[in-house]
Amino acid sequence: MDDTRRSFLKIAGLSMLGFGAKPVVDAVAGAGGPKFEKDPKAFNGKRWAMVVDQQKCLKAKDGCKDCVLACNSAHNIPSFNNPKDEIKWIWQTSFEHAFPGQENPYINDYIKTSLKGLPFLVLCNHCDNPPCVRVCPVQATFRRPDGIVAMDYHRCIGCRFCMAACPYGARNLNWSDPRPFIKKENPEYPTRTRGVVEKCNFCSELLAVGKLPACVEACKEKALVFGDLEDPNSEVRELLRTRPTIQRKPQLGTRPQIYYIL
Amino acid sequence: MLEKALRGNKSYFAWIGFLLILVGMGFGFYLRQLGFGLGVTGMSRDVSWGLYIGQFTFLVGVAASAVMLVLPYYLHNYKVFGKITILGEFLAVAAVTMCLSFIVVDLGRPDRAFNVLLYPTPNSVLFWDMVVLNGYLFLNIFVGWTVLEAEAKSVPPPKWIKPFIYLSIPWAVSIHTVTAFLYAGLPGRGFWLSAIMAPRFLGSAFAAGPALLILICLFLRKYTKFDAGWEAIQSLAKIVTYAMILSVFFVLCELFTVFYSQIPEHMYHFLYLFVGLHGHTGMMPWMWASTILAAIALIVLINPKTRNSPGTLAIGCAAVFFSLWIEKGITLVITGYIPSPLETITEYHPTLTEIGIVVGVWALGFLIMSVLYKVALTVKTESA
Repeated sequence: MDDTRRSFLKIAGLSMLGFGAKPVVDAVAGAGGPKFEKDPKAFNGKRWAMVVDQQKCLKAKDGCKDCVLACNSAHNIPSFNNPKDEIKWIWQTSFEHAFPGQENPYINDYIKTSLKGLPFLVLCNHCDNPPCVRVCPVQATFRRPDGIVAMDYHRCIGCRFCMAACPYGARNLNWSDPRPFIKKENPEYPTRTRGVVEKCNFCSELLAVGKLPACVEACKEKALVFGDLEDPNSEVRELLRTRPTIQRKPQLGTRPQIYYIL
Repeated sequence: MLEKALRGNKSYFAWIGFLLILVGMGFGFYLRQLGFGLGVTGMSRDVSWGLYIGQFTFLVGVAASAVMLVLPYYLHNYKVFGKITILGEFLAVAAVTMCLSFIVVDLGRPDRAFNVLLYPTPNSVLFWDMVVLNGYLFLNIFVGWTVLEAEAKSVPPPKWIKPFIYLSIPWAVSIHTVTAFLYAGLPGRGFWLSAIMAPRFLGSAFAAGPALLILICLFLRKYTKFDAGWEAIQSLAKIVTYAMILSVFFVLCELFTVFYSQIPEHMYHFLYLFVGLHGHTGMMPWMWASTILAAIALIVLINPKTRNSPGTLAIGCAAVFFSLWIEKGITLVITGYIPSPLETITEYHPTLTEIGIVVGVWALGFLIMSVLYKVALTVKTESA
């Protein structure tokens, strides 16, 4: 009898201690989310998306690469100068590579004549249903509530399953140390180590301080339009309402969020 | 029991020494890769998996094939396999170890490998592959060792080992199914996006693994006191024959679907593989070598006369093994990336460092196999 009472008190005491420890645990490793204040200037989109207006891109000077260069310098992207090790977040390619399977001789004519053979801009599609996120064994790539498919460079193990899964070729591995190949380091964004995967992040670091993505900001012709799809008054929604757009490989069910106006 | 591996004749130690040198050389190359990054390999932005993952895929099949001995012996009480079931299990141990090593050498950040355990992610097939491969490694070491220990003590194996043996049977199927699912569920890769991938993997596994076992048994018969028994070898040969026929049939199924439907993103890969695409023919010699070897294998194995004679049987089995090694170890993985999702063509050429590491891992596998076989065969010849 005594024995059971003693053990009951022991357990009760320990349980109380457990409750007492909770605030301490919460303070050190609380589950209540990050305890910091958001920048009041931060953009609070519910579903970020981009419209690429190739018509406006037409007006740019020949060989304009402003968006690509802005991205490269904003994100400390190394230039290896060889396609094997190359890292690219946003880049230019021809229609048949951007939209394989959708080319036909007449649209190729249209692109040559009406679009002056303009290259197309390709980048991560920040899919609503991203295969890269599905396959990552460590959740190093994940979809944020605002739709941005983000990367945790500190968790990635470099298995490259995401590179196999991405149907848009948007992902890159750092095949070697990228730091010696960064032309001018931007202290506002981290450099990466060798062996981790990286890709376009829709400039989430700029959105957090109330700035537009670097490529959008760099385009003098305003050919890249970035905005919140959930906001019916946003510029992207206005464009999607008034202009016919296409997406890359929509048939794969990834629900890509980059829209193109031809 | 492990001490039995420490006694042997000169040629045994020469073989072990040779393998150790290769392992050391491979490790040296690996240190180079560790220091510089995966850039020392031939892999690229477009072809981001290469020889390592290819070898991994092939060896999962070799590992899974142990079930072709375990199942008849334990489930159907097929006594003929009594002497060699342990060889199948220990081959599986060596093969799974190679698989895990190939995964580790393929990682960009091997120092973070344990993140897979720290952040378990059930929606990732790679997570499940880690689970089933490690489970299979454990099962085969555990079952093989326990049964062998009982034999060494001349007592029947303990009853409690049975559930583990039965579990290892579906588990063998699971490792190769899950490995196939690594590929078969990716939306942008037409070459792999095929429901027959898992059956195809199993078919080729049950041909390549037992073919290697037959070669080993023939070697042991000729050069050591251990004889697996001609009936056992013949039964294995029949398994290899049927599995090889199925494997080829599954590939033909793929070819029909791809070329009759003529969907470009599926067809391009097969064109690249067999006839080249836009002048790029990197995989063509390999694929034709594999095809010719498969044809030789089928002719030799289906004909009972050639299947029943040790010399030609060895030729047939070697043809099976190398045909499937090319198919799964080289062409299957690399061709998935050519052309790329943007329909550009980047070819892949492994570097010397990469090949050195591959040889090192294979040597490690053969080392483990040799040591385990030495123990098993010593027990078997002592107790006989």
